[in-house]
Amino acid sequence: MARITASVYTSHVPAIGAALDLGKSHEPYWQPLFKGYEFSRQWMADNRPDVIFLVYNDHATAFSLEMIPTFAIGTAASFQPADEGWGPRPVPTVIGHPELAAHIAHAVIQDDFDLTIVNKMDVDHGLTVPLSLMCGQPGGPNPAWPCPVIPFAVNVVQYPVPSGRRCFMLGQAIRRAVESFDAPLKVQIWGTGGMSHQLQGPRAGLINQPFDNAFLDRLVADPAGQAAVPHIDYVREAGSEGIELVMWLIARGAMADVAGGAKPILKHRFYHVPASNTAVGHLILENPA
Amino acid sequence: MALDKPYLDVPGTTIFDAEQSRKGYHLNQFCMSLMKAENRSRFKADERAYLDTWPMTEEQKQGVLTRDLNRCIAAGGNIYFLAKIGATDGKSFQYMAASMTGMTQEAYAAMMLAGGRSPDGNRSLGEQPGAQL
Repeated sequence: MARITASVYTSHVPAIGAALDLGKSHEPYWQPLFKGYEFSRQWMADNRPDVIFLVYNDHATAFSLEMIPTFAIGTAASFQPADEGWGPRPVPTVIGHPELAAHIAHAVIQDDFDLTIVNKMDVDHGLTVPLSLMCGQPGGPNPAWPCPVIPFAVNVVQYPVPSGRRCFMLGQAIRRAVESFDAPLKVQIWGTGGMSHQLQGPRAGLINQPFDNAFLDRLVADPAGQAAVPHIDYVREAGSEGIELVMWLIARGAMADVAGGAKPILKHRFYHVPASNTAVGHLILENPA
Repeated sequence: MALDKPYLDVPGTTIFDAEQSRKGYHLNQFCMSLMKAENRSRFKADERAYLDTWPMTEEQKQGVLTRDLNRCIAAGGNIYFLAKIGATDGKSFQYMAASMTGMTQEAYAAMMLAGGRSPDGNRSLGEQPGAQL
């Protein structure tokens, strides 16, 4: 039986990818941020999963306004890093896990979540920046990402985006689906995006550190309560793009305690302002073995 | 019955909802076309002529030609799409963000380093002096 061993939460700011790709990670501006992920890279090396189920959003890259799926699961064998206008990031092709992805799609749709199944899709910084932060920049002796990845894209670009409550319930359905897969796979689920930021209009640049820290506290201790927070609170308090944080609730919903199991172990917590226009937050939660 | 849109009273913010998306469809799809080098070249060679190949409103075209992102957003643009214009111009995202706030890029970058824009006074129009609701 497959099982969810841990969940990881991180912002996915594109400028972080650019800093890594251009060799700027040791500059004073970026040093405090990358220092916050040193523990995480070691933890990944020590706790390598068989598959990462990676919840992220596409930023007008794979999905234009021609089609806007609310929840899209990538079932392909591989996914190319997208050209977002500056050329593709110099990172490896993302290898999928079609068998587990197809299984999850089947089970979750039968559990009343209407997923869109995607067999051809490039993946943008929303997916590759978290991989870089957690796994280090592949190259030399490590030319590939450490394991297959199932991309799970959530629409947070066109409002209304799915509610926190819906995301939290979806995470629970994903957990059930993973646990019904008949192979002994260790699966991590990652929720990405956020934290507070606003990229548009005269209010651009909004950052709310008290909100972000309260969100981190509550996501760990009272995720059902956090899931009940309406969109408008995120928009007002965390900026129009802070709404990305609902994706963290999908990963949190997949943890054992939500289904009556043991509380997760908080392995790491990090918060930093700014990365370009955005507040960066990061958590690692493990399910007790 | 009217839809509930509580976000309309968040100052300096336009939520890209289904209504804005409907208004901005061709504007955003024009931006999307700039993902291809060939289209970037055509746009740069003659911006007006390239825009005229899209069924956009004159207001949307003027927003693009003047690089007034707030005007583009009001006309249905979404920032992730509009960012492709800045990329075509070789501008950083922070330059684009600053341009919408009325700040210089330097002042905007300094604000971010100092912890960003405070939500205090920026949560709703009612919080702002002289606001009319």
